[in-house]
Amino acid sequence: MDIQVWTFIIVGLTFALYIAIAIWSKASSTKDFYVAGGGVSPLANGMATAADWMSAASFISMAGLISFAGRDGSKFLMGWTGGYVLLALMLAPYLRKFGKFTVPDFIGDRYYSKTARIVAVVCALFVSFTYVAGQMRGVGVVFSRFLEVDINIGVIIGMVIVFFYAVLGGMKGITYTQVAQYCVLIFAFMVPAIFISIQMTNNPIPQLGFGDTLSGEQGVYLLDKLDGLSTQLGFNAYTNGSMSTIDLFMYTAALMFGTAGLPHVIVRFFTVPKVRDARKSAGYALALIAILYTTAPAVAAFARTNLINTVHNSEYATTTPEWFKKWEDSGLMAWIDKNGDGKVQMAAGPAFEGKKIEFEGERRESNGERVVANTPTANANELYVDRDIMVLANPEIAQLPNWVIALVAAGGLAAALSTAAGLLLVISSSVSHDLLKKTFMPNITEREELLYARLAAAGAVIVAGLFGIYPPDYVAAVVALAFGLAASSFFPAIFLGIFDKRTNMKGAVSGMIVGISFTMIYILIFKFGVGFESVKAAKPYQLFGISPEGIGTIGMILNFAVAIVVSRMTEVPPQEIQDMVEDIRIPRGAKGPDHIH
Amino acid sequence: MKDLSKYWRTNLRYMLILMSIWFVVSFGCGILFVDQLDTIRIGGFKLGFWFAQQGAIYVFVALIFVYVYLMNKLDKAYEVDE
Repeated sequence: MDIQVWTFIIVGLTFALYIAIAIWSKASSTKDFYVAGGGVSPLANGMATAADWMSAASFISMAGLISFAGRDGSKFLMGWTGGYVLLALMLAPYLRKFGKFTVPDFIGDRYYSKTARIVAVVCALFVSFTYVAGQMRGVGVVFSRFLEVDINIGVIIGMVIVFFYAVLGGMKGITYTQVAQYCVLIFAFMVPAIFISIQMTNNPIPQLGFGDTLSGEQGVYLLDKLDGLSTQLGFNAYTNGSMSTIDLFMYTAALMFGTAGLPHVIVRFFTVPKVRDARKSAGYALALIAILYTTAPAVAAFARTNLINTVHNSEYATTTPEWFKKWEDSGLMAWIDKNGDGKVQMAAGPAFEGKKIEFEGERRESNGERVVANTPTANANELYVDRDIMVLANPEIAQLPNWVIALVAAGGLAAALSTAAGLLLVISSSVSHDLLKKTFMPNITEREELLYARLAAAGAVIVAGLFGIYPPDYVAAVVALAFGLAASSFFPAIFLGIFDKRTNMKGAVSGMIVGISFTMIYILIFKFGVGFESVKAAKPYQLFGISPEGIGTIGMILNFAVAIVVSRMTEVPPQEIQDMVEDIRIPRGAKGPDHIH
Repeated sequence: MKDLSKYWRTNLRYMLILMSIWFVVSFGCGILFVDQLDTIRIGGFKLGFWFAQQGAIYVFVALIFVYVYLMNKLDKAYEVDE
């Protein structure tokens, strides 16, 4: 059977499963809708958290990024896992004891202020919308490449599925579909990784395989081989870094603290029955995430080695592999024969000028390659590869069976849909709970609130779909903003709310505003070049050698400093707030959210 | 009820110790001292590279479970468990 038939079968089966779960787990109260009734087992919550967290970026893009960045790619690996230690030790248990529905709930109550709540809602909405745009686009890309349907129809199919289980089931529906999606995505990621690891090193465990010797060459370690190939072609050695230490440090820290401050991750810990379950389920979540995150660097090294071995110096008309031409057709790979020898040469540096590759329609060069409209650069590199295809193309590069390739498509969809659903829930609860019930329409009944929650979720699905169909071309860039903002706003406010009784409303609000403004302004100037054309032109455009993705760390430190100093200079928080802080530090007596109402 | 401020101080001590390990394996071994560690090899891995792409993540997982274990014991000792 060919790839397309396999993909239809496997994707169809997984979608049917998600819909069946949605019907079975319909939400009947706001507690069901916001926190799945508060009765999810720690293991199930761990799996749901893992699926929620691992997005299209983790599944599709990350290994490809590492593949081209080598050791510098470690920032993603450590940055996107290390935050869970912060969550488990510093935030999750206490927020569970606090026992309400949303992150703005905590900020608003702890700092006894509607202003603080609204600042938190705005941050939560911004972070979540930024994120969800990328997910819907990921869904569209997978559909168009593997099922050859139009990218927009792909996005609409994705919207309908998410609509079904997010709007009907709320957090309850989302949780149990995420459990299923975790299983699909981890299976889909591991199967090709294991196959390729055996092929290349005779070692069935990818985590060990990429430190093992090659099966083809006696006694040569894979990483040494890859270092050799890389330096031969003029790249950095794969296992050496080129980023400055301070930049790598700040970048990694921003991702870690950003992770711990992301509302769609935090809210998952409101769904377990007890405080001890919150700690335990953070452990399960990270263990389950680590399966993918320790495999990804192995996949990255395998893919890079395979790419160089099969493509470099291959003759386009005869020996260049078939998959190369398929990806060229979808516009994600390109070749220009700079030296006119008919062979594909790889070297350091970009092959073409400009960020986006443009083709001259379907016009072909003499060897049969597509003609690129971009100006070629002066260096020897002739190959353009989109980072995102490394995971998707990897099974084809390694010539694995068609069903494995179809499985990867289903896995990519599971990763994108599960994250999108989690984000949509944050958006809907921010609107119906924090803005309507708690701020503007305090008199609505629970039934009405549930209705508004569903309407908000439906509205959010449509907006997310529109983002997918008409993607703002800065999607990738704004993700930096999402992490930076989460790190510089939520993390300090929540941390101080638990660990420092003295932090008051004025301190927390001014801290959040300073942290966010600093981070936002830095990113606008140094990432987008707003207001300073000269800054944008002078690359690397940054202060203290810190890239815009890492500036959230500095924003966070500023937030902490301002919050602590301002609090010390102004009034002590009211006694009942101090009692509340005492109370959340002790596990005993954790109640479900509805006891507090 | 036993002395709850002592419970809280013990919790903070656990946190401080575990977070120091968190810092050392990731920012220490994986970033600040990665080049020094890279002179040591284990099989095909340079040690600094291994910490940055594998080791730190394993330690993260272990740290959470150690904390879970310690806190469950502590909660019982101070009779604040659920």
